[in-house]
Amino acid sequence: MAEVSKVAYQVMWNRLISVVEEQAQALVRTAFSTSVREAGDLSAGVYNEAGQMLAQAVTGTPGHVNAMADAVPHFIRRIGRENIVEGDIYITNDPWEGTGHLHDITVVTPSFHNGALVGFFACTAHIVDIGGRGFGADANSVYEEGLYIPIMKFADKGEVDRTLVSIIRGNVREPDQLVGDIYALATCNEIGHRRLIDMMREFNLNTLEGIAGFILENSRRATIERIAALPNGSATGEMEIDGYSNPVTLKVRLDIEDDHILSDFDGTTGLDKKGINVPLVYTKAYACYALKCAIAPEIPNNAASLEPFRVAAPENSIVNAIHPAPVALRHVIGHMIPDTIYDALDKLLPETAPAEGAGSLCNFQVSLRPRTDEPAPDHAVRSEVLTFNSGGSGARPTLDGMNATAFPSGVMTMPVEATEQVGPVMIWRKELRPDSGGAGKYRGGLGQYMEVGAREGHEFDIQAMFDRVDHPARGRQGGKSGAPTTIAQDDGTAMKGKGKQFVPHGRKVMLAFPGGAGYGAPASRNAEDIRRDLAGGYITAAFARDHYGMSQADIDDVLERAKLGEIF
Amino acid sequence: MTDAKARLGVDIGGTFTDVVLEHGGDRWSTKVLTTYTAPENAIIEGMHSVCKNAGVAPSVIGQIIHGTTLATNALIERRGAKTALITTRGFRDVIEMRTESRFEQYDLNLKLPDPLLPRNRRYTVTERMEATGKVLMPLDRAEVEALADDLAAAGYESIAVGLLHSYVNDAHERMIRDVLAERLPGVMISLSSEVSPQMREYERFNTTIANAYIKPLIKTYLDRLQDRLKTEGADCPIFLMHSGGGIISLASAAEFPVRLVESGPAGGAVFAADIAARHGLQKVLSFDMGGTTAKICLIKDRTPKTARVFEVARTYRFKKGSGMPISIPVIDMVEIGAGGGSLAHVDVMNQIRVGPESAGSEPGPACYNNGGERPAVTDADLVLGKLDPDNFAGGSITLNAGKSAEALINHLGKTLDMDAMEAAWGVAEVVDENMANAARVHAVENGEDLSEYTMIAFGGAAPLHAARLCEKLGIDRCLVPVGAGVGSAIGFLRAPFSFEANRSVFMKIGSFDPAAVRTLFTEMEAEARGFVRSCDATSDILAEYKVYMRYSGQGWEIPIALSADEAANPDAETYLKLFEADYAKLFGRSVEGMDVEITVWSVNAFTPQEAVDPVAAVKAGAEAEPVARRALFDPGLGSMTDAAVALRAGFEPGTCIAGPAVITEDETTVILPSSRTLVAQADGCLDMRTNEENARG
Repeated sequence: MAEVSKVAYQVMWNRLISVVEEQAQALVRTAFSTSVREAGDLSAGVYNEAGQMLAQAVTGTPGHVNAMADAVPHFIRRIGRENIVEGDIYITNDPWEGTGHLHDITVVTPSFHNGALVGFFACTAHIVDIGGRGFGADANSVYEEGLYIPIMKFADKGEVDRTLVSIIRGNVREPDQLVGDIYALATCNEIGHRRLIDMMREFNLNTLEGIAGFILENSRRATIERIAALPNGSATGEMEIDGYSNPVTLKVRLDIEDDHILSDFDGTTGLDKKGINVPLVYTKAYACYALKCAIAPEIPNNAASLEPFRVAAPENSIVNAIHPAPVALRHVIGHMIPDTIYDALDKLLPETAPAEGAGSLCNFQVSLRPRTDEPAPDHAVRSEVLTFNSGGSGARPTLDGMNATAFPSGVMTMPVEATEQVGPVMIWRKELRPDSGGAGKYRGGLGQYMEVGAREGHEFDIQAMFDRVDHPARGRQGGKSGAPTTIAQDDGTAMKGKGKQFVPHGRKVMLAFPGGAGYGAPASRNAEDIRRDLAGGYITAAFARDHYGMSQADIDDVLERAKLGEIF
Repeated sequence: MTDAKARLGVDIGGTFTDVVLEHGGDRWSTKVLTTYTAPENAIIEGMHSVCKNAGVAPSVIGQIIHGTTLATNALIERRGAKTALITTRGFRDVIEMRTESRFEQYDLNLKLPDPLLPRNRRYTVTERMEATGKVLMPLDRAEVEALADDLAAAGYESIAVGLLHSYVNDAHERMIRDVLAERLPGVMISLSSEVSPQMREYERFNTTIANAYIKPLIKTYLDRLQDRLKTEGADCPIFLMHSGGGIISLASAAEFPVRLVESGPAGGAVFAADIAARHGLQKVLSFDMGGTTAKICLIKDRTPKTARVFEVARTYRFKKGSGMPISIPVIDMVEIGAGGGSLAHVDVMNQIRVGPESAGSEPGPACYNNGGERPAVTDADLVLGKLDPDNFAGGSITLNAGKSAEALINHLGKTLDMDAMEAAWGVAEVVDENMANAARVHAVENGEDLSEYTMIAFGGAAPLHAARLCEKLGIDRCLVPVGAGVGSAIGFLRAPFSFEANRSVFMKIGSFDPAAVRTLFTEMEAEARGFVRSCDATSDILAEYKVYMRYSGQGWEIPIALSADEAANPDAETYLKLFEADYAKLFGRSVEGMDVEITVWSVNAFTPQEAVDPVAAVKAGAEAEPVARRALFDPGLGSMTDAAVALRAGFEPGTCIAGPAVITEDETTVILPSSRTLVAQADGCLDMRTNEENARG
């Protein structure tokens, strides 16, 4: 084979990034679960023959970053290289060898060119139901959390395993949706594969060895250069959050060395009895994500650019749960890892890390059914509806936090109109929550209000997955805390932040999601920004007076002009 | 006397206003600088100029077809009217909360774009529809009246109304309009159920607000334009190009100005579609590359591909999600930040990156010798021998190749251990690859195989890059038309009168209701035909029918075209079969045992396109006389070649030339690599084919 030019490698790297992006887009367009098609809770990547990840789609969420990078070697080991043949499709939802809970299905497809194995495509999607207790925190072990699919062949030489499909269909609440999603995952790998082979033909390649070396060497060098430019040092970070029944302390020590950064979670609380534990792959994903954002944001994810970010955690701590610990809601704790890391990083690299934010996504799932207290109307149905929602992000060293915007997660919310088409759920309110962003020179992002009920004739269970009820986001450099989460029924009945809870016919759940914390002392906030906050109702008059010392005359003036539609 | 056949096409672009007059089978065109404060001035100047050249008075013009970036620019520059939103209580912040996600995941200092309306201009009323259209909370007229008084006190000029699920039931939106019309006479009103009756509140509300926001501006402009044209002697009907590639009346455009967004590029696609028709081409990829962006569009059977949603005013490096979504029928184009002025740099991974940052015209690429120090695509093209330093833009600028080489070495070569030539090769390959990737993704998303396509290349920079793009995409044939500099304005004159009516109505194949479908299609067809009839009182009107289908539970639909008969006599089985076939074509396999549903229905009414004069293919005749030879880099070969230089002006039908060659003209340069041969056609198009294709004849 002729020597490949430097320019050709430039082109091929570009091409592979485009290929995985297209793979992810195909998944969005063919998936059935709202979590994938509307919210983008997915990821997609291409690997060399050894199972090293070469490129990962930007579309998707950081929680899958390292987990995806690690997954393919597990598949190669379990299936056995000698059993990998053209036309195969592999599947798993193993929390430890996939992406952290049974609700993520990972599908891997080997890529063959001229009869030889040249690489793999993998993709992951969060599905709405996998049977068991349903998506929630209440299980005592992973066995209760739903159907487990070990790493195995979904299709053998192109032939789909009917037995497996029957078992899956018989064990889940929304079998059509799940089977449809598995097909969608297989389809998206197939699309990636076709494009890869086109590229190999165009550049006359027999293997990916040359281009893989080029990508991995350049990525490793670039990442290590960034790390080497930082001062060596060590610092600890700590954050307490709600947990399930008892508060959880997340603790990390960050060691910045010449060629790597270690995040060591020694000292973190042990396993919880309920399903909020985190397999290490998921902890690694968010630790790594937090550091990459702060240190090397533009370096794409691949085996080499991820390697210098090392993570350690004691076995059976809540951030390194071992089988059979329940892990369904690993995101609730996992999404808090970046704020913990930033608590340490702020001591090493001041004016880089944001203040604490809402952290976890404010997700909930409702299981609707015909009312049981009285005869239900004929049109009443059963339905599972999952929604993704966000609180406010923490204020940045030079910017306000973002209102109702996911951080660190990368998923989107679903349109209310689409959610209400899925099942008989009613979203009565979904709007910003004034006064919830912590005061500061830069204000925390606002959380949001939601009110959730059911259509006439239905009752439901709500699976709550909320944190920051008792532990609101803390400010940095004098910034104030964000508002905590609140949850109750519209008649005042108290509810818990986590767990499955019954809501009778005619009742609504009133939710207030947390705000991000402020950065810097409130006294140094620009008067102009305070006036704009008041005019838009991001803060109330009382908040402006109490936190920023705004005079009554100023308040009246701003509110009067705001009422006339003036722009501030 | 007006002459119905004398038509004026006018395209207001960011820099130039292009004016084209067609009269008695001839065409005159001109470019005048856009006059931002009063855009009609440039039109008047251009009209007089082309009329003078044609030796006719403006009174001869029978129709004016107009497209403009004014709507797009007003949205980008936030120069709209004082506008309020009225929405359902509990949903005040839909346009601010967007998708609750970050379009760039690794930027800790990300700034989300501000919503079009600040929070204190967003108002709510107590009301609620169920997803089925059933009224859960009736709207109280008194509440709307009280709100109307507040709005009057605040002095709003325009009001957008967007209520939840109004795409199914618009009763409450209509009631609000009635009250506002009564209490706030003269204030403009836009209802979401009329502007964009589609599910997904963020897109629908944003589209409606965008419409309301630019409505006063566009309406006064159009009124002014009509008056001025009349005073200047052109007292004829004026029509507007819309984003979907058709023409609507001035009145419709004033009512739904958001439909004018991206009308200029739409004209370019129609221009390419017309050339495709003349040359009898069924599958065409139009490629329009200018100074800052490139646009790519698929055209099948003379019809550019359309979509139902797109994004304008991107705030962050053209990044998807950083702009605002507009859901209206639109020609589906991929636009990327790749043009002659796009700047190159090396990133931390030692990868060459090109664009979207552009050198613009000030200081311009390094070779303009105007203070630009960073290498642009034009610098790479110059070093590779694609441009003649002494004959650029008709000789108006002398390019400095030394400056290009210096910029390439300083910014790329030193880091990557490349000389100027290799760095230039890298820049050209990366920008061509970026465009090729965009085209590939677009084709695959539409289930198309580009190797069956012919490219039509226009815009100043396209002919320099078209052949390489063809090589990368496996496209055998490319046409480079004449008049490409005013392509959009010519396209306006080729566009049909058209209007697309859409409805979001959910129907499962399992509970298909033929009677309801017939009623739906009849209603939509009447609406669409009505719009077209208001433009043309006599012409035949044709209609196209589409349904958007998916497996129940999926979120994204695929469009399924129906024949008139299939729309008139709806049948579940037929619709299902059509869907399964298209689905399998797009995604490789259909899904077993799933219910299928229809979500959106559409009828597009349009006037038939005039039969075009086919351009008979001309075989290769005399070889072009080279005026010089120069060194030209051939990226396909990875080496320098000795290329003939010929002048396009001297080409007759049949003139042919084999690559490597460079064909120069005032507006652009056509690059012909070693893999291709070119034959001039009767209409002046240069027909570029692979040597194998040509050998086959």
